[in-house]
Amino acid sequence: MPSVSMTLNGRPVSAEIEGRTLLAELLRGPLKMTGTHIGCDTSQCGACLVHVDGKLVKSCTMLALEAEGADVTTIEGMANADGSLSPIQAAFREHHGLQCGYCTPGMIMSAAALLKENPKPTEHEVRDWLEGNICRCTGYHNIVKAILAASGQDVTTIAAE
Amino acid sequence: MYDFEFLRPTTLDDAVAALKDEDAQALGGGQTLLPTMKARLAAPETLVSLTAIPEMQGVCMTDDGQLEIGGATTHGEIAKAAQESYPGLASLAGRIGDPAVRARGTIGGSLANNDPSACWPAVALASGATIVTNAREIAADDFFQGMFDTALDEGEIIVSVRFPVPEASAYEKLPQPASRFPLVAAFVAKFSDGVRVAITGASGDGVFRWSAAEEALSADFDPDAVDGLSLDADDMIADIHGSQSYRAHLCGVMTKRAVKAAS
Repeated sequence: MPSVSMTLNGRPVSAEIEGRTLLAELLRGPLKMTGTHIGCDTSQCGACLVHVDGKLVKSCTMLALEAEGADVTTIEGMANADGSLSPIQAAFREHHGLQCGYCTPGMIMSAAALLKENPKPTEHEVRDWLEGNICRCTGYHNIVKAILAASGQDVTTIAAE
Repeated sequence: MYDFEFLRPTTLDDAVAALKDEDAQALGGGQTLLPTMKARLAAPETLVSLTAIPEMQGVCMTDDGQLEIGGATTHGEIAKAAQESYPGLASLAGRIGDPAVRARGTIGGSLANNDPSACWPAVALASGATIVTNAREIAADDFFQGMFDTALDEGEIIVSVRFPVPEASAYEKLPQPASRFPLVAAFVAKFSDGVRVAITGASGDGVFRWSAAEEALSADFDPDAVDGLSLDADDMIADIHGSQSYRAHLCGVMTKRAVKAAS
């Protein structure tokens, strides 16, 4: 069976897997990182988003073997070193950016990728970026608000609608 | 998904050799192929990833002023790298799918698949691009041969694509709200010797040039020049998202919008 080695949240990991193993399956199965969720499994919902070499990737639409040698970050790697919430995570809690929480890992990974590329996005830019993240509780307003707040912008004037 | 042998060659020669096997399939960014395999609509015995071949990566200008893009370059990289050199093309690349799709999906994969609603075929055809493979060079006018069909032979790899850069261009699409693929989209490219218009999403034969609009816009590059022109609705796709006559109508609307945006 082929094997794959990568850096996961700063630690070296390796596993023997079938060619058809998806990155999401490797993370949730052998590597026991179940924070990465599989929502639709058809490349549409974004619950499985992770960072691969700094890029936002749907881990249900990438083979685990394609991540050979890559630096992979999942939601488990997003908290501060002391275990406290990162600014994006804290903003999601503060602004109630999650309801059932299923889409939240993907939302956080997506938000982190956006703010790295565009540190002060407009509301429109946030909504446009979240095109590939589906929240079936339809909690988008507070998710957008949380991301804007995490970027250091004043959100007191944004209506909850 | 059925299991397969996974290969990731680092040279073009090794990739060409691996794809000689008739049960082998090339894998670009996998944003179409992997969902297709998960649905068991494709089951290759060998999957040959083309993402580790250096000469298939990146964006540059050729000596004669064309934009050359490696076949395994992602939509997201192109959207950034071509912003100055070919803004119409960069804008198209930056609106494909969503950010995660753009981080994986490749131009070569999209062109080789030739989905009748894909974005890349529109800019390739409207620019009069050249598709460079491991074996030959193919003009865009000869490359697209109908829905999911191209001039590529079995195992032939798109190494790069060369785009002549127009004086002005724009891409306007009406996205199908669920898939984000264009319901209908038009790419308009104005060159010194004439205007080229390519329509995607509309026809069952895939991307096509709208010659009547090209003629009218070459004479007068103004949105109004498209008024009164129409396409035969019988050639259009009909599905739950839009009828044939709606798509035929959208061809005119998207072309006019693109001309306006490019002016």
